Amino acid sequence: MGYRPIGACAAVAGVWLSIAPAQAEELRLATEGAYPPYNFVDASGELGGFDIAFGEELCLRLDATCEWVVQDWDGLIPSLMQGRYDAIVAAMTRTDERREQIAFTNAYTDTPVQFVGPAHSDLAGAETVEQIAEALEGKTIGVQTATVFQYFIEQQFGETVALRLYDTQDNLGLDLAAGRIDAGLADAVAWEPFLASEIGSGFSPFGPSLTGAAFPVLGEGFGIGLRQEDTALLDRMNQAICAMIEDGTLDALHQEFLGFGSPVICER
Amino acid sequence: MVESFGPILAGAGLTVQLVTLSVSIGFFAGIGLALARLSPNPLLSYPAYAYVFFFRGTPLLVQLFLIYYGSSQFDFIKESPAWVVLSEPFWCAVIALAMNTTAYTSEIIRGGIQSVPWGQIEAARACGMSRFLVFRRITMPVALRQALPGYSNEIILMVKGSALASTVTVMEMTGIAKSIISRTFAPVEVFIVAGSIYLLINFVVTRVIRRLEHRLTPYQRTRAELEKEEAQSGILGLGSLLGRARTR
Repeated sequence: MGYRPIGACAAVAGVWLSIAPAQAEELRLATEGAYPPYNFVDASGELGGFDIAFGEELCLRLDATCEWVVQDWDGLIPSLMQGRYDAIVAAMTRTDERREQIAFTNAYTDTPVQFVGPAHSDLAGAETVEQIAEALEGKTIGVQTATVFQYFIEQQFGETVALRLYDTQDNLGLDLAAGRIDAGLADAVAWEPFLASEIGSGFSPFGPSLTGAAFPVLGEGFGIGLRQEDTALLDRMNQAICAMIEDGTLDALHQEFLGFGSPVICER
Repeated sequence: MVESFGPILAGAGLTVQLVTLSVSIGFFAGIGLALARLSPNPLLSYPAYAYVFFFRGTPLLVQLFLIYYGSSQFDFIKESPAWVVLSEPFWCAVIALAMNTTAYTSEIIRGGIQSVPWGQIEAARACGMSRFLVFRRITMPVALRQALPGYSNEIILMVKGSALASTVTVMEMTGIAKSIISRTFAPVEVFIVAGSIYLLINFVVTRVIRRLEHRLTPYQRTRAELEKEEAQSGILGLGSLLGRARTR
């Protein structure tokens, strides 16, 4: 039976060769790193947050080795299209405008959009978008540039308000606290770090929770952004997201990082 | 690409305003700082040295952020009258650009002043001019003429540096370019347009400075060249200036 070991070696080698391509798949995921609690760079320079934990879990399920790339918000879509990375996991809302450029997976989370302003101002009493429009007439509103919030203000309020565009949500918060702007608009969850901070203590959310269902400009939940031609990757990611929804992993991630249960269903 | 040209050009006005204001402030403040730096009094020269050291040694972006976000951190600033100015992104940008260019301008002018030949100053003193008159008639004109090529560099750097104002929400050319990209997702085309307009502005700046330099250096040309120029540019009022230069 002297030949046996050789046969076993050949069998092992064959298995190894067939696994190798799958193990070698490398995905480069891009995130902004400046939108807590979704994604942020902590004091030691490490990436953290919901998007990061979700992305890591996704990579495990795809059997891929993932590498994170930090990219400024307004460059995320152009750099994806240029092939600098393979996917955007950056709390990016799925909108028709963005779908013209890139593809999105099924939603992996969602949050309403919320105005924030000084707690004691005439904005506090506004309950509808019309009342907000009235209260904000001639005032200055800050939003992060290239976001659905910018598109919402432009569409709903037009020229009646002065719009200031910020590169990051952090800088928007700083200027809101400084009194340079009268109000800001962003995801409800993304306001939480500001409202909990010392500088944000005199501020509160106001007006209704705005959703994409009522205002299509606000899109439909956060999805992973992919190049339109990467349809195979899109299918695999959608399957992985649905699996994470069905086995409760996504719900656990929501509880851990965002403090509420998963609001999304499998869109299969 | 063509559609973005109009909006970006509209932002050129703000770019030109930022540069004109900050360079004008920086020019006069720079002369003052250069004189303080050259003063034998250490109470004047050391602070001037420290100012130049700080503003030349730190990035303009950092200076802008310190002025913009720094000023809003302190309640005593927010409660002071200065907040009227500092609450406006435009004025924060002007202040940052002006303070930065003041440091560079002062060094350029200091170099110019130090290059004035001592013999010229001595001769003017011998003619009985007061120290102030020597400064006004001899030192400063010669120093500025010497400093001009270096100073044109500084103005060009300011035109380009003004793009940083977009980081504090000022919608000058770069700010508008970025907001267009946020809708079209086509950065290359839009930045080519913005870049061309910056190039055009700087082309005009270099032309104007070269003209000025030419006008201030008649001694570098032959009598025949000067006479030809006089004949050509008499209507521009250059004739009398050249005439005086020649009779000297």
